[in-house]
Amino acid sequence: MESIRIAEDLEKHFPDSILEIQVHRGQFSAIVAQEFILEMCQFLKEKHKMNHLNCLTGVDNLTRKGKHFERFEVIYQLYSIEHRVGLRLKAQVKDSDNPCIDSITSLWTGADWLEREAFDLLGISFNNHPNLKRVLTPDDWEGHPLQKTYKLKGNTEWSGFTDLKEKFKQLSQFDFQNTHVQEGTQAND
Amino acid sequence: MGKINEDLVHITDGIKYIPGASALVAPLNKVINWGRAGSIWPATFGLACCAIEMMVAGSATNDLDRFGIIFRASPRQADCLILAGTITKKMAPVVRRVYDQMPEPRYVLAMGSCACTGGVFDTYSVVQGANEFLPVDVYIPGCPPRPEALLEGLMKLQEKIMQEQGRWSQFA
Repeated sequence: MESIRIAEDLEKHFPDSILEIQVHRGQFSAIVAQEFILEMCQFLKEKHKMNHLNCLTGVDNLTRKGKHFERFEVIYQLYSIEHRVGLRLKAQVKDSDNPCIDSITSLWTGADWLEREAFDLLGISFNNHPNLKRVLTPDDWEGHPLQKTYKLKGNTEWSGFTDLKEKFKQLSQFDFQNTHVQEGTQAND
Repeated sequence: MGKINEDLVHITDGIKYIPGASALVAPLNKVINWGRAGSIWPATFGLACCAIEMMVAGSATNDLDRFGIIFRASPRQADCLILAGTITKKMAPVVRRVYDQMPEPRYVLAMGSCACTGGVFDTYSVVQGANEFLPVDVYIPGCPPRPEALLEGLMKLQEKIMQEQGRWSQFA
């Protein structure tokens, strides 16, 4: 079955959730509401053998123009190894202050770290995730760096690095200084 | 005394050979520095793409071994830390720990733009130069530096080691 047929079948089963079906260079993507994302993924996985989760990632749509765009979206790149077709789901996450969407780790265990990455860099929470903590930045990092509101140089310095600089300052007094004993050592006799 | 001095064979500045005794007379500084400059053992430690260039410098064409430079797999056996690549803030405490595990005397080479200044990564996650948390001896510019540039940097380090005075307090 082609991607467009799968997208149409998805729309038939979840008529209220599908906001739009797009095609770009032969690749089909469905912009969907966030409510039934787990059910939609399960439907695609079980009925249409979309057994491979290529990628899961997040986007901050703050400066992006589009009819259905919410502040954050989570993108699911699904692929059927058996049928050799792919379909992209773009779930719009409603609450921009506290973005939250259902986890799909119950369907694909591999989604675990991908969701953690989206949480770490964009601040999107995933309900029922087994271990939702930071994966790239240090555990005590402040802020989510890929949010558009995050400054390029960061909003605050990471405490671990200020500690390190303080340690360097304390230890540098023990560094070797090549200043003393200038006399006598170059003598020829 | 004058007679003995005349019999000694002058080898280089401050170093003389005693004929018949198979012995050298030299200042301890010179002998120790000569030994150290001829056996810089860097820790096998790469941070990013510069490490590829560092590996090339170590392999057949450029062959760091001819300088007595042999990569060691443990910082406890190493004299030199080559910072080959971008240092992120998350990695910086680990780099510092590797340095802290190295016994004295120890030297640090910042290899490439990223290790020297942060390079193009003027961002929240990248350390803007290794000198923020390590005493760097030699800076090697380039993105990445060619193996020849790394050799040049290591030769500069050898020159620097030869200039040292009294860096042997633990047994003197």
